[in-house]
Amino acid sequence: MSDDAAGRAGSDDTVGRAGSGDAVGRAHPRLEGPEKVTGTARYAVEYPVDGVTYGWAVPSAVVRGRITRVDTAAALASPGVLAVLHHGNAPRLAPGPERELWLLQEPAVHYRGQYVAVVVATSLEAAREGARLVRIDYDAGPHSTVLTDDHPGLYKPDHVNPSYPADTAEGDFDAGYAAAPVRVDTTYRTPAYHNNPMEPHATTAHWHDGRLLVHDSTQGTSSVRATLAELFELPPESIRVVAEHVGGGFGSKGYAKAPVVLAALAARHVDRPVRLALTRQQLFGPIGYRTPTIQRVRLAADTDGRLTAICHDAISQTSTIREFAEQTAVYTRSMYAAPHRRTTHRLVRLDVPTPFWMRAPGECPGAYALESAVDELAIAAGIDPVELRVRNDTAVDPDQGRPFTSRNLVGCLREGARRFGWADRNPSPRSRRDGRWLIGTGVAGSSYPARARPSSATATARPDGGFLVRINATDIGTGARTAIWQVAADALGVPPERVEIRIGDSDLPTAPVAGGSMGTASWSWAVVRACQSLREKLRDSPGEVTAEADTTDEVGNQPARPRYAYGAQFVEVRVDVDTGEVRLNRMLGVFAAGRVVNPTTARSQLIGGMTMGLSMALHEEGLLDERYGDWVNHDLATYHITGCADVESVEAYWLDEQDDELNPAGVKGLGEIGIVGTAAAVANAVHHATGVRVRDLPIRLDKLIGVSSLA
Amino acid sequence: MQGGPENATTTDAGHASRVVFEVNGTSQTLTLDNRTTVLDALREHLGLIGAKKGCDHGQCGSCTVLLDGRRVKSCLVFAVTVDGRSVVTVEGLAEPGELSPLQAAFIAHDAFQCGYCTPGQLCSARGMLDEVAQGWPSAVTGDLDAPAELTDAEIRERMAGNLCRCAAYPHIVAAVRETAAGGRAAAR
Repeated sequence: MSDDAAGRAGSDDTVGRAGSGDAVGRAHPRLEGPEKVTGTARYAVEYPVDGVTYGWAVPSAVVRGRITRVDTAAALASPGVLAVLHHGNAPRLAPGPERELWLLQEPAVHYRGQYVAVVVATSLEAAREGARLVRIDYDAGPHSTVLTDDHPGLYKPDHVNPSYPADTAEGDFDAGYAAAPVRVDTTYRTPAYHNNPMEPHATTAHWHDGRLLVHDSTQGTSSVRATLAELFELPPESIRVVAEHVGGGFGSKGYAKAPVVLAALAARHVDRPVRLALTRQQLFGPIGYRTPTIQRVRLAADTDGRLTAICHDAISQTSTIREFAEQTAVYTRSMYAAPHRRTTHRLVRLDVPTPFWMRAPGECPGAYALESAVDELAIAAGIDPVELRVRNDTAVDPDQGRPFTSRNLVGCLREGARRFGWADRNPSPRSRRDGRWLIGTGVAGSSYPARARPSSATATARPDGGFLVRINATDIGTGARTAIWQVAADALGVPPERVEIRIGDSDLPTAPVAGGSMGTASWSWAVVRACQSLREKLRDSPGEVTAEADTTDEVGNQPARPRYAYGAQFVEVRVDVDTGEVRLNRMLGVFAAGRVVNPTTARSQLIGGMTMGLSMALHEEGLLDERYGDWVNHDLATYHITGCADVESVEAYWLDEQDDELNPAGVKGLGEIGIVGTAAAVANAVHHATGVRVRDLPIRLDKLIGVSSLA
Repeated sequence: MQGGPENATTTDAGHASRVVFEVNGTSQTLTLDNRTTVLDALREHLGLIGAKKGCDHGQCGSCTVLLDGRRVKSCLVFAVTVDGRSVVTVEGLAEPGELSPLQAAFIAHDAFQCGYCTPGQLCSARGMLDEVAQGWPSAVTGDLDAPAELTDAEIRERMAGNLCRCAAYPHIVAAVRETAAGGRAAAR
């Protein structure tokens, strides 16, 4: 355990020794901090642009149907309105795989909230008023928008995200389950969750001499450029997408989204630059959300708590225009060992916006179900839930049959238990009370794949002794810019002060999206190779030299091995015995995520992930009105997210972990592992406090009200 | 909102008004659509992009600025109502090129990640510390007659109107606590 590594941000332990090659692992404030605290960091619609105009998206008012008439007269007569784009007059986009982004091209409406028009005006106020005045008539058809476990449209997808089989089976689950002395058979439900980054999805688009310049709020501009090239049938070189600063994404900006397409269409139509930001309300659906899930988990164990049979059946939804198959049960395939195992995924195509990535897609809702069920099993078996997880650890991936490159789940559980003070726990529910508060503790395990994708980068030696590293990474608040800087300094063998980093621009060497906890692994791989190549070149010919690297072959040739980060979250809650109000006393996580490049930003990522898990457990819930096929609580007053007053104590620590079979920087990624098991840990703590097992998130107080009357 | 409209000059057939107000110590004269909020006036007319639009409904706090020294959500204030009044944004919390102790503490404690809520958090914290200094109680203040003491619970409660999806909350609390402590030390 490294107490130093987990040390406070802003300690004296900072980057900067003269080329000693130890920049990686040292705490350092994020490089763009001064810009962010002085309000000079520019986000997507904050660049000064001559002659800028404003776009306002108009969402469909029906769920499914066809536009029969668009009346733009009143809008066009409104002062300041320049144009109204709709399917009848918008520039054409290439029909292709980008079905969701094929906007303003057809009269068909596939879900409520689909953008069916854009008003462009000389001011924000005029654009908004114009949008109000656009009249659209529809022929509306019947719709189905509610996920149920007996929906007639349930089907088995060919695969689940990104490319896993939909179903797996080993051994004979039914026989193994029937024969076991300890069994749990439970069904868990999670609602729709909405990413809600603080910066709404937004774009500024300009066309100039057939070239398109876009400032977009996105997790990856290389990918946005490729998508725009396809839609607008342009060579990628004629498109530039910039995302210097991005106000969060959490998966929802992991791909080109409606605003960038609408802004580019509008800018082309009016032949002027267009700023288009979605409203907060418009973020609830069309830009993606975490699918609701219905998950049945069956676990069987011997009397020692050793699992003999595991089955996880997951149901989720997708839209009618694209298949998005959340890999909900994939977590269960590799987490704990058992001779008899089965997982299944079923989907329903509903008349809803397509679900999309939200922090730890698949693993997060899946772990809520599995790690809750493991807690129920531990109680049924009379075994401590930390101990039960330890007993079911495995060095070999039950799914792939190959040994993990490293697996420190047990280390996380043991270290977490020690730091949290788990040993003193009375396992009986309702065993602790402090005045009107029932107090309970819970634990959950976590894992998340440690992936890497091909990337490219360049490194340049400057005549003044400085170095420039260019890579189209994106810093959405993760600290990517700073981490890459530290990695580059060590790879070059120079003090970090001599290294300049450029990211967030599709004109830079192509790099993958900031998502899937694989950004730092992928980017640093290319940066290390570029820097190594530069050092070799400099030995031969000093001076101003540039070296390039592309890791496509190296990443592709990496041996297939199960690579995962692990973690364990411990939670203490208090529950008001009369009202059922749940408050977090403290939350503590210990993680094993390979090498930690920057303890300052790593800690922030981990506590941020854990807090989003708390939010998932207690606060967030998309409430769909079946009549309108839309979420009624589509704003931040009614869709609750965890606030400052909800977080009394959250701590994140990590184990020293060296895994030489990952990538040159030895990192596993930190963006998702924090959230994975947290909701289960909270639910398990609530059960310990109250004796009430809530199997449908969030744990609202009405589900606990009356706990005082329980025995 | 008090003041303002009777002094603002209405123009453009009643749809726009001339508004004179002070921003970060500099007097600004703008002719604005009557529907323009202070937030949009700052961002779209003055090029001050520090105050952020997170929800435009007063629900997230990203647009928080100081209006005559008090924190307000600038998306809920029409610009015509601030005629003759004074606005301070995140750009005005320190001299150009410098950092206030609060801003420096935010960096040192990594009290932000994506940075989008940060200007609002900073303005809110600045206003909140002044409220505490003036003895204003909060919802968690026990003794309403005693001087307000800035416990962590008080900071959390008083900063609860500023959402942070990255969830830098514990670090925000630490930064505010440290700044408040430094302020007290300097006052002694």
